[in-house]
Amino acid sequence: MRLAFALRTRLGSAMPSAAPHCRSSRLAGLWAALLLSFWALAFGAAARAETPAAASAASASKPSGPPLRYGGDGTSGAPYIFKDPADPSRTVGFEVDIMDEIGRHLGRPVVFVQNDWSNLIPGLDAGLYDVALSGLEITAAHQAAADFSIPYYTTFGQIVIRRGEMPVDGLADLKGKSVGTLKSSQMEYVLKQAGGIDVRSYDEEIDAYSDLKLKRIDATVMDFPIAVYYAQPDRELQFTGPPIGRIAYGIALRKGAHPELLAQINTALSQMSVDGSLHAILDSWALWSPVMAQVTGDAKPMIAQPVNYEHFVEATQPSGWRAQLDRYARFLPQLGWAALMTMEISILSMVLAVGLGAALALARVYGGTVLDRLAQIYIEVVRGTPLLIQVLFIYYGLPKIGLQLDPFVAGVLALGLNYAAYEAENYRAGLLAVPRHQMEAAVALNMTERQALRNVIIPQAARMVLPPTTNDFISLIKDSSLVSVISLVELTKTYEQISTTYYDYFGTGILVAAIYLLLGLPFVRLAHWAEKHVSRGMTRSSH
Amino acid sequence: MEAQSAGVQGAAPAGGPGSGGTPIVRVEDVRKSYGPVDILKGVSFQIEEGDLVSIIGPSGCGKSTLLRCLNGLESLDTGVIDICGVALKRAPGGKAGAKPGANAEAEFAHAAHLLRKNVGMVFQSFNLFPHKTLLENVMLAPIVVKGTAKAEAEANAERLLQKVGLGERLDHYPIDLSGGQQQRGAIARALAMAPKVMLYDEPTSALDPGLVDEVLDVMKELDREGMTQIVVTHEMRFARDASDYIIYMEKGEIVEISDEDEMFTNPKDPRTRQFLRRFL
Ligand SMILES: Nc1ncnc2c1ncn2[C@@H]1O[C@H](COP(=O)(O)OP(=O)(O)OP(=O)(O)O)[C@@H](O)[C@H]1O
Ligand SMILES: [Mg+2]
Repeated sequence: MRLAFALRTRLGSAMPSAAPHCRSSRLAGLWAALLLSFWALAFGAAARAETPAAASAASASKPSGPPLRYGGDGTSGAPYIFKDPADPSRTVGFEVDIMDEIGRHLGRPVVFVQNDWSNLIPGLDAGLYDVALSGLEITAAHQAAADFSIPYYTTFGQIVIRRGEMPVDGLADLKGKSVGTLKSSQMEYVLKQAGGIDVRSYDEEIDAYSDLKLKRIDATVMDFPIAVYYAQPDRELQFTGPPIGRIAYGIALRKGAHPELLAQINTALSQMSVDGSLHAILDSWALWSPVMAQVTGDAKPMIAQPVNYEHFVEATQPSGWRAQLDRYARFLPQLGWAALMTMEISILSMVLAVGLGAALALARVYGGTVLDRLAQIYIEVVRGTPLLIQVLFIYYGLPKIGLQLDPFVAGVLALGLNYAAYEAENYRAGLLAVPRHQMEAAVALNMTERQALRNVIIPQAARMVLPPTTNDFISLIKDSSLVSVISLVELTKTYEQISTTYYDYFGTGILVAAIYLLLGLPFVRLAHWAEKHVSRGMTRSSH
Repeated sequence: MEAQSAGVQGAAPAGGPGSGGTPIVRVEDVRKSYGPVDILKGVSFQIEEGDLVSIIGPSGCGKSTLLRCLNGLESLDTGVIDICGVALKRAPGGKAGAKPGANAEAEFAHAAHLLRKNVGMVFQSFNLFPHKTLLENVMLAPIVVKGTAKAEAEANAERLLQKVGLGERLDHYPIDLSGGQQQRGAIARALAMAPKVMLYDEPTSALDPGLVDEVLDVMKELDREGMTQIVVTHEMRFARDASDYIIYMEKGEIVEISDEDEMFTNPKDPRTRQFLRRFL
């Protein structure tokens, strides 16, 4: 079963997304064919379980059109778009399968673009991707902000309680109880509208179920797919009550921007509904429900095995310490790349911060009244506003005035511009700590102010500010986690992805914390060394 | 040359003792105030090439201010300072006490730069560059300001440091040197720019008594070589032994300029007598 899964996902989901990265799509086709024949030969029996979606993706696609970029949140958990627990380097999910199938219908390769759930629609406006999906409900509020396709999945809210406790029959029974749900979801709105319910909103579904098990809350109401993946396999929890409300997921497009694409997607979804490929995808994820049968008029029973569901349950079951260690070892390459990203962002931001900070400090101390004033305003504005706001503003705000930045550039810019303000104040203190007589002595030797700054003042100030600058760099490494909100997958984002997939904040948390420590350590050492070497003459040598 | 044709006004007698030589420094009616307070109230004097002149006077009388005006570290309100034919004056049209315009300021800065080519200065607190070795301290300005080649600057610096008795300390950082050594290093650093006139502002005041002489000896040696030197000092013994003549200042004015023996044995002005009584 596991092999069948591997085959299906490798062909059905990984390949089309990987195709744009290959130099030619012919190479991708060749690769797919090779894999297919290999797997078919070796595991002929297992191959029978492959879904129609996978088959069509494997055989047909020579996607020739421009890539269709779809935004989604890979940290929002199963079964939407998430990291395959068996191989965290791969992004899987029923929405991934649906997008692959749509891509096949449109004759375009599809590319997944990571973004935070709450920023998915702003990301459309910023042009990060062409369409977005990630359990985005078709609600009036969402429709005001974006265009939506016809639903690709219709579902409902599922009540979950602790196993063995009194069943709950609908929202009315939840009055007076504390109920967990997802922040900004349609279910949150429904629960609040019901009145009398103590609604607790969570960012992560697994946190809500954890709290339910720890008796911090009495029940949860979340979208049925979430309950299927996170509550159903859990022996401590059980489903109860009737379906709550009606939830329709749609594919979002930038408002009014792409009517033809919208029509194409709607056509594809209709065809998938008619030819059974949508039903097959949902079956493989164990998501077909009576509501879907009713909405589509498709009364057929199960037409594909729930392989993906079973694979997920199997891969996330609690296991022995050896299996656990194996799992952590499997995270390492992914965490390594994430750490590299963190370091790239941190180092480039710091270079910017040091350069701009030095310029600002010089403007403040030696720049005359106008420059001093301007620098002061900059420093006060930057230090007086939260870094998170600055990150969001630069990335999502600036496109409004026509300045659209790549997430990496925006992240480096935001961190660098922010830290520059703090560095500037450090460096200003450093410049002021150089005795006034030093400048006088240099001028008396007939240096110009500029020459004196370069040869006498700045070198001395630099030695004094080395320790605080190192400290700031260590802080910057940690603050770089903030850029995960603009779709950069660095260390913290990867931690979220892995821990939500495995339901394991603890072990992964320790692992990631250790990596952060290791990242900072060499720089602390380097600073000690540098301090010793460049501070010669600043402290009396021992003789 | 303007310097030679100018008449002398103010409190100073025409030239110092031994006038008739070539004045290398000419100070004419220099006035300077900080806000409402007049610090220099019309100072005039001339100094001839090769002279060693001491300036003495009670604390706060404006000695340092005068010295700083002499190499353009401070601007003047009125008057002229002329050293080796480079004149420093207030831009025409500017009123005393008024803030000079940007143009006048740039003009002054330019003149000060030209003037400093011939003027070296040594401070009470040495002010060596702590992040550079002694040798680097002496090499720096010629390389940065004059564009001297490194090898040449180094050879010259070594020679000067040997001359002030620091040939064994080239690679020491200032912090590892005694005050006397630092001050001699500072003299070498100023000499590296090949000045014609050296200014000293209380060069030995920050030194332990035992280290004073090694610095004064360097200055005496320079005097023998014909260097023109102006020394603000509280070392009366040095003023008396080494100076060609002495300027006594009080409250921003020159009270008396006399031969060093005459100043100490027979001061002309009662104020000078009053001041010197403490030292005699
Ligand atoms: N930048 C300045 N602003 C205002 N007043 C100043 C400034 N510099 C010096 N003064 C004042 O000018 C007067 C003369 O100072 P100056 O340093 O020239 O005296 P000095 O003769 O060198 O005294 P000392 O023997 O103590 O060194 C003093 O009263 C001093 O307070
Ligand atoms: Mg003084």
